[in-house]
Amino acid sequence: MKKKLYSEAIYRLLIIVIAVFSALFVGAILLLIAKANPLTAYYVMFTEPLSGKFGLTEILVRAAPLMLVGLGIAISFRSGILNIGGEGQILIGAVFGAFIALTFPDLPPYILLPLVFIASFIGGAIWGGIAGWMKAYLSVNEILSTIMLNYIAFQVYMFLIRGPMIDPKEVAYGTGVPQTALLSKNAWLVRIIPASRLHAGIIIAVVLAILVYIFLWKTTIGYKLRAAGAEAKAAKYIGVNVKNYLVLAMLLSGGFAGMAGAIEVCGVHHRALESISAGYGFSGIVVALFGGLHPLGIIPASAVFGLLIVGADMMQRSVTVPASIILAIQGLIILAIVSSQIFFSNIGLKEKIMIKLKLMKSGDKDDT
Amino acid sequence: MILDFIIGIISAGIPLAAPLLLAGLGEMFNQRAGVFNLGVEGIMLMGAFVGFLVVLIVGSPILGLLAAIAVGALMGLLMAVVSVKFKAQQGISGIGLFMLGWGLSGTLFRVYIGGVTSITGIKPFSFPLLGKIPVIGEIFFQNNILVYIAFLLVPISWYVLNKTAWGLKVRAVGTNPQAADTLGIKVERIRFQCIILGSMMAGLAGAYLTIAQTHIFADNITAGRGFIAVALVYFGRWKPVGIMWGTLLFSLAHALQRSIQVYGINFPYEIAIIIPYLLVIVVLALSYKSQLLGPVALGKPFIRGSRE
Amino acid sequence: MSEIISKLEMKKITKKFPGVLACNNIDIYLKSGEILALLGENGAGKTTLMNVLFGLYQPEHGEIFINDKKVIINSPRTAFSYGIGMVHQHFMLVPNLTVLENVALGLTSKNIFKLDLNKVRKRIEEVSKEYGLSVNPDAYIWQLSVGEQQRVELIKVLCLGANLLILDEPTAALTPQETDELIVLLKQMAEKGRSVIFISHKLNEVKAVSNRVCVLRNGSLVYEGKTRKHSVATLAEKMAGREISMPALNEKSQANSPILEIKNVFAKGNMGTMALDGLSLTVSKGEIVGIAGVSGNGQKELADVINGISHIQSGKILLNSKNITNLSPQHIINKGMGYIPEDRMHEGTIPSFSVKENIIMKDYNKTPLSKKMFLQDKIIEKYSQKLISNFDIKCPDNKTSCASLSGGNVQKVILARELSRKPKMLIAAYPIRGLDLGAAEYVHEQLLEARSENIGILLISEELDELLDICDRIAVIYEGKILDILDRDIATKTKLGLLMAGIKNEKKAI
Repeated sequence: MKKKLYSEAIYRLLIIVIAVFSALFVGAILLLIAKANPLTAYYVMFTEPLSGKFGLTEILVRAAPLMLVGLGIAISFRSGILNIGGEGQILIGAVFGAFIALTFPDLPPYILLPLVFIASFIGGAIWGGIAGWMKAYLSVNEILSTIMLNYIAFQVYMFLIRGPMIDPKEVAYGTGVPQTALLSKNAWLVRIIPASRLHAGIIIAVVLAILVYIFLWKTTIGYKLRAAGAEAKAAKYIGVNVKNYLVLAMLLSGGFAGMAGAIEVCGVHHRALESISAGYGFSGIVVALFGGLHPLGIIPASAVFGLLIVGADMMQRSVTVPASIILAIQGLIILAIVSSQIFFSNIGLKEKIMIKLKLMKSGDKDDT
Repeated sequence: MILDFIIGIISAGIPLAAPLLLAGLGEMFNQRAGVFNLGVEGIMLMGAFVGFLVVLIVGSPILGLLAAIAVGALMGLLMAVVSVKFKAQQGISGIGLFMLGWGLSGTLFRVYIGGVTSITGIKPFSFPLLGKIPVIGEIFFQNNILVYIAFLLVPISWYVLNKTAWGLKVRAVGTNPQAADTLGIKVERIRFQCIILGSMMAGLAGAYLTIAQTHIFADNITAGRGFIAVALVYFGRWKPVGIMWGTLLFSLAHALQRSIQVYGINFPYEIAIIIPYLLVIVVLALSYKSQLLGPVALGKPFIRGSRE
Repeated sequence: MSEIISKLEMKKITKKFPGVLACNNIDIYLKSGEILALLGENGAGKTTLMNVLFGLYQPEHGEIFINDKKVIINSPRTAFSYGIGMVHQHFMLVPNLTVLENVALGLTSKNIFKLDLNKVRKRIEEVSKEYGLSVNPDAYIWQLSVGEQQRVELIKVLCLGANLLILDEPTAALTPQETDELIVLLKQMAEKGRSVIFISHKLNEVKAVSNRVCVLRNGSLVYEGKTRKHSVATLAEKMAGREISMPALNEKSQANSPILEIKNVFAKGNMGTMALDGLSLTVSKGEIVGIAGVSGNGQKELADVINGISHIQSGKILLNSKNITNLSPQHIINKGMGYIPEDRMHEGTIPSFSVKENIIMKDYNKTPLSKKMFLQDKIIEKYSQKLISNFDIKCPDNKTSCASLSGGNVQKVILARELSRKPKMLIAAYPIRGLDLGAAEYVHEQLLEARSENIGILLISEELDELLDICDRIAVIYEGKILDILDRDIATKTKLGLLMAGIKNEKKAI
């Protein structure tokens, strides 16, 4: 029996490695088209961030919001609903949180920060919940609705930070940069490593990851959410109200993305500004998939993608390839990962390949 | 004054509908065959960029359009391999394709062009005779050639889908692929063909934006049109004429939103931009009943002999 | 058009699926003008064998010869080119297209543009006239009744030039009159030199229409011969017989108080017809009542309504004298109903969940398995390990997903869960379907043990041996009603077979 588990693990690893390599291979072709040497580009991207304090801390700075968004997406995917609205939920969360921070600047940090996070959670949750309700009760495709909500959120956000919530200083100096005023120090997340941007948000993210793990696998509500997503027919039979759980899943998922907004506002920029979501809403999807939709996998996955994002920035500086290529590579990784699913779900195919790899004796069926 | 305003909106709206119509008709073939391609947005972005680049370098709009169609076909091939051969979950693979197109177009734009450049591209022209009719002429017959092509594709698509043997096969494959298989129809091949066709049209739709509409390229120039086109396929109940009305509805709303800014009506700029996206959500919410009339096999990969 | 098939031979056909040997070394032969009946229980391999002939599956071993020439049929199109056509049990028609378009799909498969519907229309008219089959070519399939749809399938297959027709359970959803018409039609076709393979488990029809019959059992050919040589009764026996020693019932059950009472229940089925048509039945504590019947006579609907999965239009269902009619499934579960469903993978378990998580599927939110919304890991671990060892569930560990277990072990998980909850009443639907001998024996042992603990059991099955082995009484369901209930000591396969075919009180066998 142990041998069976072992060879399953090897098979799994092999397929994932091949998938990622295929994505990187096509990425290399894209790099060539972008007039860059793929080998140097990849080298810089993968190694330079690891070479100094700046790089290492920046990886964790990115990992924090990625983790939160990824956790939310894992919750939603496992409950049977695909949340692509991370970008919008981050923005709404950020603006709700900034609002609270700007309205109560004098509250002590141990009250203000939790309030800000709760507000951000609520903002993101509402944004996600809309799509969740429409899917559950109107069968509206949630991918389309969440994407539309992304565009709407962006405009609402820009309207707020250009208009009612704009920094009075910007108005006074006539510079008109769309951003809120600097938040009071009470809303700043502590910088853990001096002379870097690494803030306590990473700790919050890891703690939340563990809490999500406990929630999904150790509570009855988590059990019901996962059951509804895994096998709606059986879930209904045992009494799970599948529709309501779909909405719950989106509320939670949106809320986590909202908190990613809070982390960026309180930990990195100390205000709400234009590009605060920085594509985390989409990168979070890749992180979730790469982490196997499991919180304990998402923790390292966020670090990996944090590395890629920081590496892409560094690559832009030294090899002059625009960092936006990392978005294309993430897209390729998504395509590779979903293409690889067939090697796990089609048992006949899996057996054929495992036999070829001599991981399994032909006809080794000890309990048929 | 009001009449001028209305005429202005309609004549602005019609050309705005062209890219949505092209992408929407393409996606219709996809979905009729049972495949759901959310990567249309990414394909449009690549089409927009490649078309623009080719016109910039070579100067010929026709070559630009052809290049965009070719890029669309290539990305469609990728999508087809992933969704049909690897039977991957179609929603997520669409998002992957979208990120690929978005990231790549943005990157190549910065590498090859860098700044704001414009091209001559295709310009609107007045249709001989018809363009001079008062009111009607102004609204309908003073557009660029791609607009006419897009609207012409509506009856052509209808004909292909309903009156040709290939169209019959597409309709069968999207509703009961098992039945089509037993009659010797190659389900996977038809799906490949539809995906590639749809992607070619999406590439063309993207090129329209840069070559015929704005004559420049900017990051994320499509602003969600690809997704809107997919939503319009549901709204149009998978029929060419329905999709046409859907795109017109949209584009009129879009034209309205723009003229609000132009006429300086006191309405916040950002809130006006929301109108089209909000409209999509409303439309999706109202279309839920029509899902039952849609291609039954939509989104389900085909496995011969599956006992489900 | 292809040449007429005067002789068809399938030699030593073997077809395997992961974990299942569907066809084991089967030989079939057929001459033109013959109607061959392929008889057997569900899962016997009849449809699989015909799917091989029709090109949907490729066999691992074996060869097919047409008119003494070896042929390889690797797709339905190839089958059609040889003149083989199949009408499947679930019609292969596209609902939102017209009859004309459905037939055209097969005739124009080589074209891209040209769609000559007029030519197709003419062909349909020719075939309709030749066989007296009338259809409206412009009707949409979704508008047609089941009988009419079948006519379309037949016309389609004939238009495509088939001269060997395979019909899979063609009368499953037909009215008696439509069935008679079909039988007449098939005989007509045979007279014209066409050949027919008729898959069925309706013994009467097999007798009425076929010249020869082949009986399949568990993937093997167990009998082959001329139809008129055998009575319906012997055919039934050959179909359902099984030579194994299964745990048998020894003591008679005490006449006990009733635990499940089904009173005059009427319930609609999927097709809109009354699937349960005034069904009444009582099960007592400590007895196993079997439900025998050909699949499709209301068994699925019966299991659904008892468990609250679907509603009834009128009638009453009582569990332990309490009314459970139309209650929600969880209520019924909480009142002490256990269920081993037919659909193990979608209703009985959550396949992607681990064995551990499936074992607690019904009790996860009750103490001691959880306290105030938190799952008590240690207790769940102990509980699942105990059940795994008690029920001998073979899995690498309790975290393995149910999807990777064999059918027998999935069933053990379900059994373990249901039985250890000590239900008052247990519904078991086709519990040994697809299981090997060892697993099947185990399931029966468990059911007998439950019986001795005074649990009432309703066993729905198509396997007469199973029912005769362990049931105290056997009820036969036919067209939504209980046709008769036979006590254990007087029930025989012959009697049951006749009842299953709808024949009550025959004085002598045909």
